[in-house]
Amino acid sequence: MKLKTVFAATLALSVVAGAVGAAEAPQVVRKDMMEGMGKAMGGLVNIVKGKTEYNADVVKASLTTMVDTMKTFPDQFPAGSETGHKTEASPKIWQNMDDFKAKAAKLGTDASALLAALPADKAAVGAAVKTLGADCGACHETYRLKD
Amino acid sequence: MASLFGKILGGLALAAAAGGAVFWFITAPKPLPESAFAGLSIPDTVNGERLFWAGGCVSCHAPKGAAEKGDLTLSGGEPLKTPFGTFYPPNITADPDAGIGSWSLAQFGNAMLRGVDDEGEHLYPAFPYGSYSRMKPQDIADLFEFLKTLPKSNKASAEHALAFPYSIRRLLGGWQFLYLNAKPRVELASVDEKVARGQYLVEGPGHCGECHTPRDSMGGFLSGKWLAGAPNPEGGKGRIPNITPGGELASWSETDIASYLETGMTPDFDSVGGSMVEVQKNMAHLPASDREAIAAYLKAIPAVK
Ligand code: HEC
Ligand code: HEC
Ligand code: HEC
Repeated sequence: MKLKTVFAATLALSVVAGAVGAAEAPQVVRKDMMEGMGKAMGGLVNIVKGKTEYNADVVKASLTTMVDTMKTFPDQFPAGSETGHKTEASPKIWQNMDDFKAKAAKLGTDASALLAALPADKAAVGAAVKTLGADCGACHETYRLKD
Repeated sequence: MASLFGKILGGLALAAAAGGAVFWFITAPKPLPESAFAGLSIPDTVNGERLFWAGGCVSCHAPKGAAEKGDLTLSGGEPLKTPFGTFYPPNITADPDAGIGSWSLAQFGNAMLRGVDDEGEHLYPAFPYGSYSRMKPQDIADLFEFLKTLPKSNKASAEHALAFPYSIRRLLGGWQFLYLNAKPRVELASVDEKVARGQYLVEGPGHCGECHTPRDSMGGFLSGKWLAGAPNPEGGKGRIPNITPGGELASWSETDIASYLETGMTPDFDSVGGSMVEVQKNMAHLPASDREAIAAYLKAIPAVK
């Protein structure tokens, strides 16, 4: 149990670290942010798959990461960062910035609501993963181009 | 899908230039006789629904976002833009006037397996019958019966807005002559039941190759490159990934692949994106055994680097 709490704390910290490293190129910052999102999602998916036991701290940390990241993620797409650093950002982001921001806000809002109710067992985490996963997909569908 | 149609239609222009009687014969629609759909069992709508999700009909034939809200009215979908014009996926609800409610099973079967409509005209391969042609007649009958259970709509289908000469349906016969068949895409050495099911789903109803396989200048699949990845069909940045064991999937287990198709999450918790989002949502409706079969097949096909 102790170990998991430490893991949860590390997750939360890594987000803060991501936000602080603002001197880096925005392409790098946003990729790091997204890797943090992957890890946060991983914490939840592992519970659903039974790879780890249900742990409220992990759930809380994952959801907090999502809420916090979505607040600043859309700011990492200034003009001039459309290419470079192997970015997988789609040019459509800059054509529809408002919609892109709305997609980020949707995930932020859903994660906030889940955080407030805090999924209390494996089944509830499963339902949360469905909601959140759909939000990730809705943005990646239009705004991320795999290379 | 833009460049795909570009190639197909470029090929058609060539075929048209050939001219004469041979051209007329080659391009004539070749429907299957009624008897091809006779003697089947009573249609099973449960199996029909399975094929409906495997085939992704809702992604093209329903307005965007409708399926997530539980609305499966196939009243016509989002326009498919290409350099040659815009295709409007038609109303295929059971409405007798606006949809396909007056079609016989054989007419529906010929659309799915031969790319020929109820009036005997060629259909554009924007409708992926080049893959559906591998489907079994019984599955076609089950799917047809399931479609009849969905809500009707009397919304008229929009006309495609295609530039001349791409607007001539007859020309599509040339493409069909070259590329339309029901042969397996790959020969596999040993195929157990699971892999065989996966092969059927991927090569037939799932039409995975339509996006994941690169094409030649006439719009046919490049040989030896089955599922090996293709340029972004809309042009520009991005690629459709290689899903043979020679690509990134080399490090994915069968369980990883099946889980991706169910949840949209990669083994490193990246989320599905691009046009795969719609496909994944459809795959999530299949029984787990079908997703596992697809995964087993993707592990069994030749690795292409
Ligand atoms: C508002 C849009 C948006 C949302 C919501 C979103 N992403 Fe992303 N994601 C992106 C973009 C854009 C990129 C590409 C960034 C780049 O390469 O510059 C990306 C890239 C990624 C990457 C690859 C990072 C790398 O190292 O290249 C991962 C992993 C990822 N996202 C996971 C997730 C997960 C998991 C969620 C949901 C919990 C999510 N994303 C939600 C837009 C989004
Ligand atoms: C990639 C998009 C796409 C998918 C997936 C798709 N269709 Fe279509 N379909 C089209 C387009 C575009 C047309 C119009 C073709 C034409 O006019 O020549 C069409 C035409 C048809 C027609 C002929 C209708 C008419 O009035 O002539 C039928 C029947 C049909 N589709 C059934 C289906 C079924 C059943 C599925 C699922 C198994 C399906 N389609 C999946 C794009 C799609
Ligand atoms: C409409 C086009 C389209 C069709 C049809 C399609 N795919 Fe995809 N597929 C994509 C795209 C685009 C991606 C990249 C997804 C992303 O950006 O995250 C992808 C990604 C994948 C991946 C993940 C590969 C990776 O390296 O991340 C798998 C596995 C996959 N597809 C399997 C399938 C299977 C199986 C089918 C048939 C049932 C299928 N696809 C049909 C477009 C398609």
